[in-house]
Amino acid sequence: MLDQSYYTKTDEFIEHYGRKASSLIPIMQDIQGEYRYLPGELLTYVAKEIGVKEAKAYSVATFYENFSFEPKGKYIIKVCDGTACHVRKSTPILEALFKELGLSQKKHTTDDMLFTVETVSCLGACGLAPTLTVNDEVHPNMTPEKALALVEELRGEGL
Amino acid sequence: MIINSRKELEKQRKAASEEIKSYNCRILVCAGTGCIATGSQKIYDEMKKLCADLEGVTVEMEKDVPHIGVVKTGCQGICELGPLIRIEPYHYQYVKVQLEDCREIFERTVLKGEPVERLFYHKGEKAFAKPKDIPFIAKQTRVVLENCGNIDAESIDEYIASGGFKALAKAIFDMKPDEVVEVVDQSGLRGRGGGGFPAGRKWKQVARQPEKVRYVVCNGDEGDPGAFMDGSVMEGDPFKMIEGMIIAAYAVSAQEGYIYVRAEYPLSVARLKMAIAQAEEYHLLGDKIMGSDFSFHLHINRGAGAFVCGEGSALTASIEGNRGMPRVKPPRTVEKGLWEKPTVLNNVETFANVPNIILKGVEWFRSIGSEGSPGTKTFSITGAIENTGLLEVPMGTTLREIIYDIGGGIKGGGEFKAVQIGGPSGGCLITPHLDVGLDFDSVKKYDAIVGSGGLVVMDEHTCMVEVARFFMSFTQRESCGKCVPCREGTKRMLEILERIVKGEGKLEDLDQLEELAEMVRSMALCGLGKSAPLPVLSTLRTFRDEYVEHIVEKKCVSKTCEALRSFKINPEFCKGCSKCAKNCPVGAITGKLKEAYTINNDLCIKCGACKDNCAFDAVYIEA
Amino acid sequence: MGYMMIDGRKVEFTDERNVLSVIRKAGISLPTLCYHSEVSTFGACRLCTVEDDRGRTFASCSEEPRDGMVIYTNTGKIKKYRKLIVELLLAAHCRDCTTCVKSGECVLQELAHRMGVTNVRFENTREIRPLDTSSPSIVRDPNKCILCGDCVRACEEIQGIGALGFAFRGTEAMVMPAFDKPLAETDCVNCGQCRVYCPTGAISIKTHMDEVWDALADKDTRVVAQIAPAVRVAVGDSFGLTKGRSVMGKIVNVLHRMGFDEVYDTAFSADLTVMEESEEFLERLEQNENLPLLTSCCPAWVKFVHDQYPEFVENISSCRSPQGMFSAVIKEYYRSPKNSGGKKTIVVSVMPCTAKKMEAIRPNSFTRGKQDTDIVITTTELIRMIRNSGIEFETLDPEACDMPFGFSSGGGMIFGVTGGVTEAVLRRMTEGHSKVELDAISECGVRGSEGIKEVTLPYNDTQLNICIVSGLANARTVMERVRNGEASYHLIEVMACRRGCIMGGGQPPRAGDRTKAAREKGLYNADNVTIIKKSDENPLIAPLYDGLLKGKVHQLLHNQES
Repeated sequence: MLDQSYYTKTDEFIEHYGRKASSLIPIMQDIQGEYRYLPGELLTYVAKEIGVKEAKAYSVATFYENFSFEPKGKYIIKVCDGTACHVRKSTPILEALFKELGLSQKKHTTDDMLFTVETVSCLGACGLAPTLTVNDEVHPNMTPEKALALVEELRGEGL
Repeated sequence: MIINSRKELEKQRKAASEEIKSYNCRILVCAGTGCIATGSQKIYDEMKKLCADLEGVTVEMEKDVPHIGVVKTGCQGICELGPLIRIEPYHYQYVKVQLEDCREIFERTVLKGEPVERLFYHKGEKAFAKPKDIPFIAKQTRVVLENCGNIDAESIDEYIASGGFKALAKAIFDMKPDEVVEVVDQSGLRGRGGGGFPAGRKWKQVARQPEKVRYVVCNGDEGDPGAFMDGSVMEGDPFKMIEGMIIAAYAVSAQEGYIYVRAEYPLSVARLKMAIAQAEEYHLLGDKIMGSDFSFHLHINRGAGAFVCGEGSALTASIEGNRGMPRVKPPRTVEKGLWEKPTVLNNVETFANVPNIILKGVEWFRSIGSEGSPGTKTFSITGAIENTGLLEVPMGTTLREIIYDIGGGIKGGGEFKAVQIGGPSGGCLITPHLDVGLDFDSVKKYDAIVGSGGLVVMDEHTCMVEVARFFMSFTQRESCGKCVPCREGTKRMLEILERIVKGEGKLEDLDQLEELAEMVRSMALCGLGKSAPLPVLSTLRTFRDEYVEHIVEKKCVSKTCEALRSFKINPEFCKGCSKCAKNCPVGAITGKLKEAYTINNDLCIKCGACKDNCAFDAVYIEA
Repeated sequence: MGYMMIDGRKVEFTDERNVLSVIRKAGISLPTLCYHSEVSTFGACRLCTVEDDRGRTFASCSEEPRDGMVIYTNTGKIKKYRKLIVELLLAAHCRDCTTCVKSGECVLQELAHRMGVTNVRFENTREIRPLDTSSPSIVRDPNKCILCGDCVRACEEIQGIGALGFAFRGTEAMVMPAFDKPLAETDCVNCGQCRVYCPTGAISIKTHMDEVWDALADKDTRVVAQIAPAVRVAVGDSFGLTKGRSVMGKIVNVLHRMGFDEVYDTAFSADLTVMEESEEFLERLEQNENLPLLTSCCPAWVKFVHDQYPEFVENISSCRSPQGMFSAVIKEYYRSPKNSGGKKTIVVSVMPCTAKKMEAIRPNSFTRGKQDTDIVITTTELIRMIRNSGIEFETLDPEACDMPFGFSSGGGMIFGVTGGVTEAVLRRMTEGHSKVELDAISECGVRGSEGIKEVTLPYNDTQLNICIVSGLANARTVMERVRNGEASYHLIEVMACRRGCIMGGGQPPRAGDRTKAAREKGLYNADNVTIIKKSDENPLIAPLYDGLLKGKVHQLLHNQES
């Protein structure tokens, strides 16, 4: 059961965008932004409030990569695997992070909820490839070593 | 500030220009995504601080009154050399500026007008002081990007000072909507998003629909990996494309507009939001624009992470709150687009071209570019290239000019192998195509597309099979899953490509790959699906021998494909230190101390730990 | 209007919505897996792709016919691609065809055969997922889903329920309820239209044939069948007989041969329904309360009201459905040891409907806390049982139903089409029974396949406003209007399935327009040849009220408070 505050917050988002089908995605984005995940109960709640069928809301939420029903870590690391980053060897960076944090293509978030590692198609900073972002802040010219150092640094901050 | 007439706009322009002119010195800090990533925000803050500290302190100045402006501009182009800053009126362009350089810049350039030579762009012995001297910039024709990097991207006054909204005033006060449509049509402006469909024709079709509720939608969902032109325009000159959209709305009598921006471009969203708010405050957007009877409201939708939303009908579905799945056509977007209403849907660069066309006219626009594709095109050039970055050239410019004259040639003096153009929907151009002028029609002949303009340059270290696999894995992952050819076809193509790069391919796989590719190309529902096999078809045609090599000889000449390379130890260099053996996670390396070690390739997992840790460069890769 | 060239032949088109319809009209059965004229065009299977004279390929389902079009439907290229598409679908499909409940009726199987796919070169890498058997009516097997979305669109567009949706994307896309919940925990009304639309075995009827066979094999059990009106017009064509023609007599015969002890016609209890519902209607009219009266024969509709319009639950007629009334009466009859002869009685109802399986286990349809209808099988299951028995159905002579409940009026029979309940009730409320009077009723607007029909009739001093609805999306439209006060009716008849029970979720699927029309005609014909048209004139009815039902009308014929 979610705390009542989640619903109060969600009501604010609903009021802001209005009770219509086209508000579904922006409301979900705000919930995702607020809690770093989209609690299923809130999806059901929003669907009902804005008059969208639950199966439809679920179908939309699962279509877009940005929504996650699982809570994400405090630091969301997105390794860019756009063309420019790929040809400048972004894969070893991802692998190094996976190895260091015990994650994989299936498991994205560390058990201590500190890190989530994902890939992203292109961050638009191709000139600085390979890149990654930590909570939307772009880190340029990465190497596996630099990525691991970054993780160390974040760990220090996170504790 | 409220602008309620053309006169008031001109008054504001004068005031804004004077304000800019009043600065003795302006520090333009590039605040594009690239430079922010390399730390330009800190540079900006530091320069601000230095300027603030100046107040009340007597400094020996060459100028009488220190009036210094520090502004954040859009992308100045050479992202690789960031953070970039430029000091006006001297036109000094500094590259790779670090925090510790700020004081020197401030004291020498800002206060005294002296250059800091060591921060200039250097190529070999030569230093380039001014942007226009740098070949990367000098050889471009900047129309869409004219303001990008030159004005404060967050200030409507700077945009107005640079001539902004003049075109809108001309459209609203001097032209009938039909005339605007006609001018755009005559200009021959073609959609910059990929297909190259004439924008004027689209507008015309919308304008003649019986339905009166109409929309103007801007596709800012630039999803091609390796393309960031639209992002740069949204960040660097958001007002230009907004002005273009308002003009489009006036032309087709639309009341509402939407800008759909990719989730990965938070900076674009922030700048656009700021720009919309400022334009609304000035009455350049919203009800009764500039005191006229024309009203237009603009909204921003953030993408939620789906490449397919770059496809028109998927994009409108997403704005409506649905899954971003392309729908069948007809009806086309111009008839039944957003909420089933007639909709003008163009991309960022297309709209950004509009103000200049209205202002400078058809003749001017047609004087740039090629016969069938007038105007300029922005490209992002990345990969194995000396100067990575954002550029704009006339349509019809050859690849050679782009890669060698502007891009500075292949990185490290390597050998050009191919350029991937048009992203996952595009194909590869190779040496014989270097002198083909790039425009919408010419490139199609080689099974590629200009697309949104991503150019990824590849040298001999790039494996073309792996490139095909990379794009296929991208389209496969991004397939919406609606139509069978794309959903199932790309999946099977990817499986085959994965087999081949692992050295497990069979020759008949190539036939199967071609069969699948041709089927998907003919049968898929949407344009993205239809073009998904192009990278494969194009590399299969041009680099078939590489595919065969992978299959028959189990060899990857570019030494890219992990499974096909083997690590060897050169006994001449090996000192027998045992470091490699200690680092090998699978115990594949054996030997006696102080004698050359050897790698057992049956056990080796090709992780490269030995090579990375060898102090004597004794470990090498054999294809 | 215009002409187009299809495979070198000139074909005229008039108001066809798309090129596909023109091609089919020209006698070419172009394959499709996701096209249904009743729902929106999806364009996902791409099998209907054709080529034009410039070598351009496009899906014919979504292209408007244009004068002068030149198209080819079977070029070498297209044929090759179509075959590859089917092969790719098969590769991602559970291919247990021989044991699949849909075997023989599966569109994918048929196309594989037609396209000559004899070898699937790709491995099925889809993760095997569990079946959803939570619903009393429907089984979902995600491993057989080909993602054509037909069920999603049927549920959303025709029924307005939207219990199913696409989830995820790309090769991970699946059709499922929200959060992959069991179907039974959703707003699913058990109508079975998803199953009618599903081209493969991904959605099928939850079958209860084995239970029937077991009962028939038990010598100590009396097995009594009741056959709903719509069943009789949907069986014949499976055995090579004329589409839509009533084969009730043959069904009675075959059931007797299979070992059913007694076989009855649900039209008989439909007569009881008419009696009860008319009375209830008149009472409510008089008291002017709980109007509009909402019909209660359709269990999917009843669940729909409970789920979506709870404030109207009181408006639902308290009458049990004909299935419920019949089972209650039979069970009551055999409650007396004199009648039962010590045997246990099992009532098997043969229905065109999957939702009836849900209704049978709905506690408020029980009598004295016990389930009356023991087993519900659908028409589709009946046909399978006939095939299983080996009896050559088409050669059977007709037989009459058994006594004591073996006679029904024409009014009871037309319950199987939309408007039938209203027509039967109106017959009951009309004094006379001459042809002129009866024809006036049938022509007042109650008949016809439109989804929403409105009828206004004088009754005593007032005008009765009646709305007849089929398809739950239409029902939603009507209920919204009623709720918002935009419309006001005295009676609303709703059948969840478009055109009524003849197109129910348990009927043999893949019925085209001709089949639909034939089934409708078949039922009206059955009414035409019945001497007694009015339920109240059914000679078995009055004695029943005087006898078995005396003092028990409410207990046996009305739903219990739940």
